[in-house]
Amino acid sequence: MGLEAELAGVAAAYGGAGEPVSHPTRTDVVVLRRGEVVVKAHSLRDDVESLRLRLRAVASAAVSGVMLAPLEPEVLAVAGRAVTVWPAGRPVAQDDPGAAPWEEGARLLARLHAVPLTLLPELPAAGGPARAARALDRMSGDGPVEQLIRRAFKELPETEPLPALLTHGDWHLGQLVHRDRWLLIDVDDLGVGDPAWDLARPAAWYAAGLLDPAVWERFLGAYLASGGPALGSGEDPWRRLDVPARALTAQLAAVAVVNAERESRELDEVEHSLVESCNRIVRA
Amino acid sequence: MQCPKCRGNMRTYERNGVHIEQCDNCRGIFLDYGELETLTRMESQYHAAPPPPAPGPAWGAPHGGHYGGHHHRQRSWVGMLFST
Repeated sequence: MGLEAELAGVAAAYGGAGEPVSHPTRTDVVVLRRGEVVVKAHSLRDDVESLRLRLRAVASAAVSGVMLAPLEPEVLAVAGRAVTVWPAGRPVAQDDPGAAPWEEGARLLARLHAVPLTLLPELPAAGGPARAARALDRMSGDGPVEQLIRRAFKELPETEPLPALLTHGDWHLGQLVHRDRWLLIDVDDLGVGDPAWDLARPAAWYAAGLLDPAVWERFLGAYLASGGPALGSGEDPWRRLDVPARALTAQLAAVAVVNAERESRELDEVEHSLVESCNRIVRA
Repeated sequence: MQCPKCRGNMRTYERNGVHIEQCDNCRGIFLDYGELETLTRMESQYHAAPPPPAPGPAWGAPHGGHYGGHHHRQRSWVGMLFST
């Protein structure tokens, strides 16, 4: 029996009915929805023990109403893969990014970052910085664009000691689902880290001139108004955002280069603005 | 208060902290002491104040980036918003 058939069986065991539908996602991950149940086969690269700790954390009462709770608090082993089981939710519609629930996302991140670590089981480090480093490593070429992106990443300024708080580790609009309310999903990079990394992807889009400043202001404003602790208080939010936003810019540019290469095409205008951003970073 | 010009009834309005009496009859306007200066100052602020630059990092895109442009229809932009 293939992996997808096994996952469909797991979904049925948790009450999922109807035709299983495979969701497009990263190539090393399989996500299958069957009725009201979603089953995820995690990447073979992911450490199962870390996943187990992360899953326990999102199953705990401390993050209830902030992160989607699993249907099964333990990691299952299916066909040699680590598998988790979730209730299905409605993702953000992709047709109008300006109408996406940016404020709700920001408020959820603010609440997540404010969860005292003492209320949670032990957690590994948040995965953002390691994810950025992996994206850089995946670039195989050594042309001027690749060199520029590597330089932007390598020359990140030293940071002062940072807060170590509960951090999602990989936030973007695909990490929100609606059930009776909006909730954060995806435990893969959840952990203890610098929470400014969770704001750094929109910050990088904004600094690249891609994200409408009004949308960025809505997102940042909602985060600060909810008492989000990632950016210090009353100071320039970019003091804490600067380094993670540089790292995310390099990460996004590296992903763009790898995608374009895989599809045998040039970078498009959007992707190119990330490379331009790297160029400004190395000159700043 | 009566209008000093036509003796009509004057009505008091408050606009942005400035007291204005306006005559219901001839529509003439009476300003209290110092309020003409207040209005002048507000007017010059309105004309002189440049829009505050959107705050950002030193390496941020120059004001007037690509946002709002046709990239919003580009697949790579939407893909990036929604994926790792």
